[in-house]
Amino acid sequence: MATQTIAPEIEDLPNGPVAAALVAGGIGATAIGTLTVLAEASVGIKNALNWWSPAGPLTGKSLLGVFIYLASWAVLHVLYRGKNVNFTRAAALGLALLGVGLITTFPPFFELFLAE
Amino acid sequence: MEISIREGWTVLHGMLFGAAFLVAFAGGLAGLYSLRPEWVTVQGIQERVMRLKVGLWGMAAIAWGTVITGTFIVYPWYRAQPPEGTVDLANFPRYLLLANPDTAAWHSFGMEWKEHVGWLAPIAATVVAFAVTYYGPSLAKKVGERRALMVFFLVSFLAATAAGVFGAFLNKVAPVR
Repeated sequence: MATQTIAPEIEDLPNGPVAAALVAGGIGATAIGTLTVLAEASVGIKNALNWWSPAGPLTGKSLLGVFIYLASWAVLHVLYRGKNVNFTRAAALGLALLGVGLITTFPPFFELFLAE
Repeated sequence: MEISIREGWTVLHGMLFGAAFLVAFAGGLAGLYSLRPEWVTVQGIQERVMRLKVGLWGMAAIAWGTVITGTFIVYPWYRAQPPEGTVDLANFPRYLLLANPDTAAWHSFGMEWKEHVGWLAPIAATVVAFAVTYYGPSLAKKVGERRALMVFFLVSFLAATAAGVFGAFLNKVAPVR
């Protein structure tokens, strides 16, 4: 079987934009998780995140989390655009932050911070 | 054969959007995993990448649709507060669950987890869709990138699964009507 090659003109895209997307995804997940913990820990923060009463504080947690995700992605994209970065380090950071998001949105964890 | 507006939105949120995302996951993961130059021809990679782009952006859009309809349309019906003195809580699922110690955990664990972790699914899915679109066929040669994207994709699936499974159970125990 003949050896297949990928067209050379599409081989050397800098990895910066993808690294930026991975880290931003992790930041977004961590933001939602952190806001969840903060809302649990403070009645004042919970009330401040209640942007629309029918859905309660989930509106602030989700919309602010998504805003932080998109804003961080935009900033990181501009910073990393056209550059090659240490992808292993960026991917590890993105995955670690995603893990933080998973842990901090797990009820037995965020309820540890329940305001008295 | 009737279905209320609320039940219709719940079906759209959980059965159409949510289930479609979960069903599409296997195809997306297989596409990412098998995107290897030693396994597929150049033409095969190009065709597969085009299919992956369409599929992954479709999944990301569906995931966003799921959390947006869930949070802003179905969830307010779920958490609606009953008027003072209401005895029959059937139309107030959150309060129906919390009124009974045997069902309270469906809310305090199931719904609390579902409503938060579900938002991680579209974020992670969007990252994967963007990366595949950006790299295109050259992703086939990038082993580390493909692995990182598969982990993100897996987390997206797990988050959607947790939300979807509890959504299905909650809709059995205390349906939104």
